[in-house]
Amino acid sequence: MTESSPGPAARPLSPHVLHWRWHLTMLCSILHRATGVALYVGALILAGWVAALATGPGAYAGYMEMLASPLGQLVLFGLTVSVFYHLASGIRHLVWDVGDGFDPKVADATGAACIAFALAAAVGVWAAALLGTR
Amino acid sequence: MDGYRTGLARARGLGSAKHGAGHWIAERVSAIALAPLSLWAVWAALRLSRTGYHGALAWLGSPINAVLVAVLLVVGFWHMHAGLRVVIEDYIHAPFSKTALLLLNLAICVLGAGLGLFSVLKAAIGGSAY
Repeated sequence: MTESSPGPAARPLSPHVLHWRWHLTMLCSILHRATGVALYVGALILAGWVAALATGPGAYAGYMEMLASPLGQLVLFGLTVSVFYHLASGIRHLVWDVGDGFDPKVADATGAACIAFALAAAVGVWAAALLGTR
Repeated sequence: MDGYRTGLARARGLGSAKHGAGHWIAERVSAIALAPLSLWAVWAALRLSRTGYHGALAWLGSPINAVLVAVLLVVGFWHMHAGLRVVIEDYIHAPFSKTALLLLNLAICVLGAGLGLFSVLKAAIGGSAY
């Protein structure tokens, strides 16, 4: 018999994501990724906006018309929620990076605060936008 | 957590990305830069939604606005590349698909930032020609 078995010992595997009970910190983590991916589209829309502005008045009018359509407005509202959520959640992650805020009660409270902030700030910005155009 | 890692994995100190902490730190640095930049961008978008073409062109002609949009594009696409790279590395394990998606991510971010930067320069510097 050899001294040690070849290869690494069998190590435990984490259960598949569908086997976990949903909880707030898990939702926050998934939302951070989802809003990050959404903002990927948002950055491409920003690049497209500058490109349309550089192309000329016709291209700019067409681009702004696209953004003003119901689908465009829905996407822009989603991006507004995403930017505020990803910002707040990102700051929460930076606090974790220095080693604070890991207590379950604190993590739940900061997670709920991020979601509430994102919704309130997005509604506030859109209220300002809609009242301003009147 | 260390108890689950093999001795070799602990000694190497490498995760699924197969390299060190530089990527992790750069992602945080870009995040810190993007915190004020994204708030500024929302505020700017609110103003620009009412200006029309000539107003937007005049707005981008201001050096502060042009530079901040350029920085937002570079840091934003950089951060996006870093973030989506981690997502791909976490979920895609087949070597070919993973490599193809990582290259696609890089190509989209380089092209998006390049298109945005060139457009900022053209609109901000050549804008008065219209």
